[in-house]
Amino acid sequence: MKKKNRLIVRTVILAIVFIAVGYTFYTNFFANESGIVQAGDQAPNFILTDLEGNEVELEDYRGKGVFLNFWATYCEPCKDEMPAMDKKYKEYKEKGVEILAVNVSEPKLTAESFADRYNLSFPVLLDKSNDVTNHYGVGPIPVTFLIDKDGKVVQKTEASLSEKVIDSYMKQIQP
Amino acid sequence: MSDKNITCECGHINPYGTEICEVCGKPLQGDLESKKLLNMRYEGSARRSQTYKTTIIDKIWNFFSSVKVGIWIIVLLLVASAIGTIFPQEMYIPPLSDPTVYYKEQYGVLGQLYYDLGFHNLYGSWWYMLLIAALGLSLIVASLDRFVPLYRSLKKQRVIRHESFMKRQKYFGVTEMKENTANLQEIKKALENKRYHVKEEDGHLFAEKNRFSRWGPYVNHIGLILFLIGGMLRFFPGMYVDEVLWLREGETEKIKGTEEAYYLQSDGFILETYDNNDEKFKNAIEESGQAAVAKNYQTDAVLYKQVGERIAGTEPKLEKVKEHPIQVNKPLKFDGYAVYQVDYKLNELQSMSFTMDNKETGESVGDLTIDLYNPDKSYDLESGYRVEVMDYFPDFEFNDEGEPTTKSKVPNNPAFILNMVSPTHPDGEVAFVAIKQNLEPLGENDYKMSFQNVDTKNVSGLVVRKDNTLWILAIGGAIFMIGVIQGMYWNHRRIWIRRKENDIWLSSHTNKNWYGLKRELESITSQTGLQMPMDQAEQKK
Repeated sequence: MKKKNRLIVRTVILAIVFIAVGYTFYTNFFANESGIVQAGDQAPNFILTDLEGNEVELEDYRGKGVFLNFWATYCEPCKDEMPAMDKKYKEYKEKGVEILAVNVSEPKLTAESFADRYNLSFPVLLDKSNDVTNHYGVGPIPVTFLIDKDGKVVQKTEASLSEKVIDSYMKQIQP
Repeated sequence: MSDKNITCECGHINPYGTEICEVCGKPLQGDLESKKLLNMRYEGSARRSQTYKTTIIDKIWNFFSSVKVGIWIIVLLLVASAIGTIFPQEMYIPPLSDPTVYYKEQYGVLGQLYYDLGFHNLYGSWWYMLLIAALGLSLIVASLDRFVPLYRSLKKQRVIRHESFMKRQKYFGVTEMKENTANLQEIKKALENKRYHVKEEDGHLFAEKNRFSRWGPYVNHIGLILFLIGGMLRFFPGMYVDEVLWLREGETEKIKGTEEAYYLQSDGFILETYDNNDEKFKNAIEESGQAAVAKNYQTDAVLYKQVGERIAGTEPKLEKVKEHPIQVNKPLKFDGYAVYQVDYKLNELQSMSFTMDNKETGESVGDLTIDLYNPDKSYDLESGYRVEVMDYFPDFEFNDEGEPTTKSKVPNNPAFILNMVSPTHPDGEVAFVAIKQNLEPLGENDYKMSFQNVDTKNVSGLVVRKDNTLWILAIGGAIFMIGVIQGMYWNHRRIWIRRKENDIWLSSHTNKNWYGLKRELESITSQTGLQMPMDQAEQKK
């Protein structure tokens, strides 16, 4: 009886310590960017203005797939994927996939002239104060979130994407 | 009940592994007639770790119960902590330097090795934290495994101790009684005068004092464990915040780490220096060898709280909380947070002013000021003159393909492509304007942009701090010290006095400070006519 109690006490103490240490390790090494939006999460809503001054709200895109891209003109890999994104946008727009390209807090003029030079046809949104960028936990850019028709993040990628990859991503979120 | 329990001749049943009977003190292991001194550590009680070795739980438990293992953990931690101080940790290398090359550049091959082995971030590494966790577990398990049996045997000890136990104490003496010289009550009195708690049974005495001193190490360990828990709590959400915030004059920024609830606005950054001509400070300033000595670093801050729900990207509704000049060591405090002044950048470019001049006449047709953080598309100069901003590069450079591009979004080196519209050139003339550069990429122009001046702003470097773990660290530290004092400044002393026919036996034990015990025994024996006991350890030499 005594021996059994002792085993229980030992098991409980060890379990408490292991759980506490495990939790600490988890928060420290696996989830240290708290508030970060991950695959499987509901995409937080936001309202930003595009280059024409129209307000764009993410929730209005329910029912469509959204290819949410964070970029800036000083980011070379972001520039590299732009032409392919534009090409695929034209192809998939009919099929219900939208691109929202959020510019990370650059002056409107810089973003605008860039969009003109690259002839971008998808909406470019201005995140003046980095608000949405921080809200989504975006660090180094480019970052792309694939959001399905129900507003759920299907995938998050930090890579510069090729045309082929963009194509497969768009297929993934096509409603 | 285990059948391995040991029943002593006094009738007490001791747990398996017991070396000295908990009640009467009879040695249960080894030769009863041996003259060797008893090992009194933990009262010869059965440390449980050494007895049960069946399940995996017991095996883990026994591993961490070992003092040898505990010492190894401490040694490893010491060595690792020392290694972490050889080269600076990653967080202390100059900001913006690339750690992958910094260590090699600064410290050569050893630096590279240091980086490759991950020592540049040693104290946050998984293995270092694992060692700390192992230390915590070792503290809990080893303490519990020793405290419980020790407590048990000290609680159960009886007045009359086994002869063999008495004979094998360090201090042991026999007094032959002639004509009843020694009076038991007198001895009792002498002991009580020395503040011993004395118990009597059948004409035998047992005197004890300061038993609580034995709990010192365990109290100390509780303090340490609390300290470790405090350190661990830092990783729990909402307990610890340490964020850097750069704030430009006039800007309002969300305060990081406050879960979006608070915003901070800078009404200006002030750097004051001592007057170099002031008689009072003149000499000291000259001696310092510096051109100027700082007197005050200050950010005039306004704190706002966000009210209501907000969708990301929209303007927050702000409510002013308070104004506070943040100075070094005088942080802005609110809601458990503190914002400290730690750094600054002076004269960061904010806007640039130009005039548009007729090259031939040198006459100016108008002026404009371009906000470098948000330039307008077009600036009207009246009477048919206009400047259009065709492109803007805040941190200008040419990329590998020779195209103009920007390195970052900070206007460190602003450059513009401007289109100057005039009545004579309604389509405009294109000019490339950068700091100390004025190019005409599409041919000779009739007009030019002349740089007038720049407007600058100061930027405050602030740190947002919150530490909800301090109180537990303080309590842990206090308990730690109480434990140390408890164990260090008092000694647990016991004296056994036993009648044996015509003799009086006296033996004594203390957990430390044998010299103090000896002096006490000398005093007691001289008062009562007892024989001063021998130091048996000394005798053997």
